[in-house]
Amino acid sequence: MNDWTSIVGLVAVAAPASVTLLLALLLLLGVRISETLIHRLMQIGTVVGLVSLLALFIGLISTGRVEQLVNLGNWVTIPPGYHFKLAFQFDRLSIPFAALVFVLCGTVGAFASRYMHREGGFQRFFLLFSLFNTGMILTAVAGSVEVMFAGWEFVGLSSVLLIGFFQERAAPVQNGFWVWVVYRTTDTALLFAAILTHQLVGEGDFHHLLGGGAWPNEVATVTSTQAFLVGSLLLVAAAGKSALLPFCGWLPRAMEGPTPSSAVFYGALSVHLGAFLLLRVSPLIAASPVLAVLVVLLGLGTSIFAGAVGRRQTDIKSVLSFASLTQVGLVVAEIGLGAWVPFFWYVALVHLLGHACLRTLQFVRAPSLLLDYRTVENALGDHLPRPAVKNQGFALWLNRLALERGYLDAALKQYFVRPVLNLFRVIHRYEEAWANWLNGTPKEEAPLSGEGLAGPSVASRLRLPHPPEQQPQQLSTKAPV
Amino acid sequence: MTWTQWPWLELTIAVPLLFAVATFFVRDQLRAVRLAGLGCAITFLLAVVAWIAHSLADVSGAGPLFRVDELTAPLVPLVAFMHLLTVVMTSADKARRFGTPRFLLSLFLRLALFSTFEQNLLIPLLVLCVVPPYFDLRSRGHRSRLYVIHMGVFVALLLVGWILTSSNLIQLGAACYLVAALVRSGVLPAHVWVPDLFANGSLSSALLSVGPLVGVYMAVRLAVPVAPGWMLAAVTVLSLLTAVCSAGLALVQDSVRRFVAHLFVSFSSLVFIGLEVHTRESCTGALALWFSLMLSATGVGLIVRALEDRYGLLPLKSFHGLYDRGPLLAVGFLVCGLACVGFPGTMGFVASELLIDGTIHENPWIGIAMILVSAMNGIAIMRVYWKLFCGRKPASQAELPITRTERWSVTLLCLIIVAGGLFPQPELNSRMKASSVLFVNPPVPEVATTHL
Repeated sequence: MNDWTSIVGLVAVAAPASVTLLLALLLLLGVRISETLIHRLMQIGTVVGLVSLLALFIGLISTGRVEQLVNLGNWVTIPPGYHFKLAFQFDRLSIPFAALVFVLCGTVGAFASRYMHREGGFQRFFLLFSLFNTGMILTAVAGSVEVMFAGWEFVGLSSVLLIGFFQERAAPVQNGFWVWVVYRTTDTALLFAAILTHQLVGEGDFHHLLGGGAWPNEVATVTSTQAFLVGSLLLVAAAGKSALLPFCGWLPRAMEGPTPSSAVFYGALSVHLGAFLLLRVSPLIAASPVLAVLVVLLGLGTSIFAGAVGRRQTDIKSVLSFASLTQVGLVVAEIGLGAWVPFFWYVALVHLLGHACLRTLQFVRAPSLLLDYRTVENALGDHLPRPAVKNQGFALWLNRLALERGYLDAALKQYFVRPVLNLFRVIHRYEEAWANWLNGTPKEEAPLSGEGLAGPSVASRLRLPHPPEQQPQQLSTKAPV
Repeated sequence: MTWTQWPWLELTIAVPLLFAVATFFVRDQLRAVRLAGLGCAITFLLAVVAWIAHSLADVSGAGPLFRVDELTAPLVPLVAFMHLLTVVMTSADKARRFGTPRFLLSLFLRLALFSTFEQNLLIPLLVLCVVPPYFDLRSRGHRSRLYVIHMGVFVALLLVGWILTSSNLIQLGAACYLVAALVRSGVLPAHVWVPDLFANGSLSSALLSVGPLVGVYMAVRLAVPVAPGWMLAAVTVLSLLTAVCSAGLALVQDSVRRFVAHLFVSFSSLVFIGLEVHTRESCTGALALWFSLMLSATGVGLIVRALEDRYGLLPLKSFHGLYDRGPLLAVGFLVCGLACVGFPGTMGFVASELLIDGTIHENPWIGIAMILVSAMNGIAIMRVYWKLFCGRKPASQAELPITRTERWSVTLLCLIIVAGGLFPQPELNSRMKASSVLFVNPPVPEVATTHL
């Protein structure tokens, strides 16, 4: 019985991965396929994955088991003792989450096949969407830190490339870049945690770190201090991915992407990935009361912040993104509370699943908001009442703070990013001055990094007319941040 | 005599020299470039056969002068492959300035360099290898004093080290070799020549001069086996500073060429660190990263070169929006760039993980710094990707589509990088065997008797 459940578990992982590889290969080889075929491939990958997962679930239920570990052995082995384990874990946490991924990706994929119809980059969109699907499944069912890290990175890359999907405008690209900076910075914490795990328990798989037993009955095998260290690093990684404080600023920026990706990424799945990670390592949180308190405070703080800020946003997707964040904050707080009352972990999981479904629906309906408003107002025969907003004194200051999303992004840029960049710019100036001195280049002659020495370009020598300089179009109606 | 005992390695080295002579007499530059392409293809095939012969029969070359071991057996075909890619991705427009005989001569020198163990041959080859970029700079009318100063120091240290080791002053000689290797690799404070070469020389010449990490090879062959532990520790600190500094400089570059240069310097410093820390894991990781870097960073450089051939210099102060003009070039840039920083699914992932894990055992701060370097480089790569390929509609209406050879080159490169990422064990087995070469003669411990 174990064998067939292992096989269907593998199929659940392999199905979306195969579709991703196929679409990537076709793009690489320059083979253009029809929208219908792309959609069909996505459907097949999603349906096969979901059916396999459900079959595995039924298999577990019928045998009274609560967990299935699929160990494919070592992906990499370096004697005497170094190895990367390829392991997947199907349990009460990963199966519902993976099923959610398949259902929402399938649904939104079907929506996107119509929404993105005849859009330039249709194949590129679905490749990235499929990569995201693969990353989410890998993260959901990862049985080792290495597999989780791989899935985590796939999710991050596909997210930022989809934020910058409308790549002919500067704003999506700039926002995608900022999100990448946040992801990359916080993902170092995940990598630190992976390495620390290897150091502490000699293995990367969760069973060695979190003890035997099925979720959520695992008991961490490390001391309270070690749990705090590893858990804190994972908390930072989770905060980056789920846009918890102080990284909330990137979430509304991510709305630059197409609505289907906004829906499934930031309404449903990607934004909950941090919470999922915390649920996966909940025994670590239970092992360290200090960590548990931190998690609760972070969750509540994010929730309060997002609730306040969301009320002052000026476009529907930003409103929804902060509404989403409010709930994610509550989920995280519930996870922290589970350290004292483990039942809260189940509450967090159910909360997460329900919220993801609701928010996806709201996001895919968001482009129709204005139409909905007009329909209601036509039916009423009058404008909908506007809520009164106090705009004096402290209320004005608070409104402004909320409108500017707490100036969090500005603060991160001012106090973390700019000092680092300025330091390296200074070093670069000194380096160039030193190089010019060594080269004997007079100051007025110092070339702009080889300008004019590469020769005229082919385009300029063909003397083709250039269109007038095009300014990046700010099509978004959001308030500038 | 079986086929594995034929002189494949000698043929590999001789073919570029023959084609260099042949192309010298060809007046039509385009024809010369095509001939060079044929020569590089034959060289590459011969190098692969030599590698297979070595693997099957452990035959490391028929002659006393040229032979390969586990370390260099895959590097020789890789060097040939880099040159092959460079020449096939040379546009017809660039052919008139390509300098085909010099290119083939450089290939000959580099192949000979990676195929010899003899110090008496290695040193002259190392000296000769620094000459072609000098002529490249001069032919483009750019000042070469910076390059001459640094390579002068390199050559001087090399020669002094040679004299000292020949006179049994082993540790002093090793110190000279090690410092020479640092200069050649662009480690602080002797790093400024690398971005200068990239910015002002031809990109292909710079890539092939810096890409094979000749400085690292030289250190492995000449210095690491005989250098005492304290010397390696000092070099580790310098390499770490270089890696961090270059990663940060890559973030703030306005020139894409200098960005590529800093990428090379940063990652070659990481390779240095792995070799200097000198554990089994770190050495295997360093060698694997070396292999991966030669492919991926060269890929990044060649794609930038292809874009510059079409659109001129591409400053990073503004967006260029070139995706629609070359989607495959954009995809190739992304895949190669992400492989450089060890993204999962690419060849660099396991190498980076292994390197970090191997070094963190010895010194956690080194491991932490390496993770930060990787993060910064990851940010820098994506920044450059978006600047080059996104952010606006392309300014030029010129449709200059990717050529067939460019398409196949980029596709092949991406497939190799991804295949190496999904199935890394064969490459790692090879690098594990190569790291054993480094452990045959471990570094001299501090208490060893000096030869002064």
